[in-house]
Amino acid sequence: MKEPTAVRWVLRLLAVAYVFFLVLWPVSLVVRYTFADGMTALNDAFSDPAVTHALKLTAVVALVAVLVNLVFGVGISLLLVRFEFPGKRVLSALIDLPLSVSPVVVGLALVLAYNPRTGLFGPGLSSAGIDVIFATPGMIMATVFVALPLVIREVVPVLAEIGDEQEQASRSLGANAVQTFRRITLPSIKWAVVYGVVLSLARSVGEYGAVKVVSGNIVSQTQTATLVVESKYQGFDQGTAYATAFLLALASVICIVIVSILRPKESS
Amino acid sequence: MSIEIKDVNKLFGDFVALQDVTLTIPTGQLTALLGPSGGGKSTLLRIVAGLESADSGTVLIEGKEATHLPPQKRNVGFVFQHYAAFKHMTVAKNVAYGLEIRKRSKADVKKRVDELLELVHLSQFSHRLPSQLSGGQRQRMALARALAVEPTVLLLDEPFGALDAKVRKELRDWLRRLHDEVHVTTVFVTHDQEEALEVADEIVVINDGRIEQIGSPDDLYDAPANDFVMSFLGPVTTLRGELIRPHDIDVLTHADVLGAVQGEVVRSLRVGFEVRLTVRPTGVGVLHEVAAPGDEQEVNVVLTRAHASELGVDVGSTVWLSPNRGARRVSAMTPKTA
Repeated sequence: MKEPTAVRWVLRLLAVAYVFFLVLWPVSLVVRYTFADGMTALNDAFSDPAVTHALKLTAVVALVAVLVNLVFGVGISLLLVRFEFPGKRVLSALIDLPLSVSPVVVGLALVLAYNPRTGLFGPGLSSAGIDVIFATPGMIMATVFVALPLVIREVVPVLAEIGDEQEQASRSLGANAVQTFRRITLPSIKWAVVYGVVLSLARSVGEYGAVKVVSGNIVSQTQTATLVVESKYQGFDQGTAYATAFLLALASVICIVIVSILRPKESS
Repeated sequence: MSIEIKDVNKLFGDFVALQDVTLTIPTGQLTALLGPSGGGKSTLLRIVAGLESADSGTVLIEGKEATHLPPQKRNVGFVFQHYAAFKHMTVAKNVAYGLEIRKRSKADVKKRVDELLELVHLSQFSHRLPSQLSGGQRQRMALARALAVEPTVLLLDEPFGALDAKVRKELRDWLRRLHDEVHVTTVFVTHDQEEALEVADEIVVINDGRIEQIGSPDDLYDAPANDFVMSFLGPVTTLRGELIRPHDIDVLTHADVLGAVQGEVVRSLRVGFEVRLTVRPTGVGVLHEVAAPGDEQEVNVVLTRAHASELGVDVGSTVWLSPNRGARRVSAMTPKTA
């Protein structure tokens, strides 16, 4: 059954307006303000050592976090789909926790657990010369935490769908577990993994709350790009804030473009 | 002896899948594990392949202890009901898989793959992906893949179960011919008695996790050990308290045979060349006044089309039923040997 033409147009307009006023227009403002004086804002941003340091730090934190989530994400997905063990449902529920808990809470929890004075592991790690809180390791941990479910939630349904018969066939043909994973399982879940990685990357680059609590927000030391945006904006250096925000948005758009190029391939 | 299974038990939770199964499968033969779904036959096959582990008992393959060997060290070929094709590899790559794992030289692999694709009539499809093949072709590819590594035993789990009736019949004939060429010890699981009777050298009937009977197709058909085996190997009906095959009943239009059961034809159905009659007993024949248990049950009889029209039986006719001479009968009352 088809709705009358008028109704369809109203519904379309509603959807477009919704996305426009909520997403497109605000983001386009960021772009407009960034380029209000041509390239000045971007040039200023790139010549500010606090900004370049923050961009580098963001890249390092995001890449390491994505790598960790990739390895553990695929591992935990295999564990959840291919093995039966007590506590499996609890583990599965725990993996969704980062989606429901506010990142600020995550940051606070990490500070409590790993701070160098009262934390459980903090004093030991600190005396071994490893700083977790107010340093890069803690920021990576916070980022890993918030992006944890993304790879797993992409890979688990695909693993469940392909089933384990191909893997069993591979075993019966003489392949060991590693060969089977590399030659059979990985090619089958490849696109889900790529998609999960891109999502994690976007999430990791954009993380703010958890990182802010854990990092201490020290300029040119533990300040990431999102933190720079906030502090520059508060400090009336709006041009730099817009430029950095623009770069963050650009990174996300690139991620989305990559995903939309990859997605159709998967179905063919 | 190729596969020796001894005292194998397997539980899934509190469900008994296999109970004290002891079985020897001879070398070079085609053996069918026949039984109803959930009877344990697939579990037994998977235990032999190492895809499932037995709770207790031992498995020997070619005299070698294999109970605790992982599947990749058993050198068995396994063919799955749903093909388990490697979807991202071409047909040729699928077949080459086991050989590449064994690090054979490229030339060797190519030669062997070409041979096998020839054997399963898929040479012209070698560069296709499994998704571009029909079900029957995929299963032939899976067979070639399993045979590529020259397994000591070939195990097939309901290999034709996912195919339509016509293709199933073709592949069945083809499997028999293939086995006559390759002679690898083959075990296949099926719930289709016709398939087992047609293809196998030996049939093992499995039900409720236990072996009911082992024998050649003829042995099983002519001398079923109990009512389960008899009723599983084909349609049966009850006549005078005994299980009998519907085509082993003589239909007479006169009461001139001792002990014949008198009845009235209540249904008549023609299917192709045969006529299926349902007869409701109305009395016991000449010189047989003692009623036997089950006398009042309706009896199914199968006649050829020609025979039925010669007798002129149709719905409403009165007929007398008596077992054929030499008909196999099993008492329906026999309790199953525990």
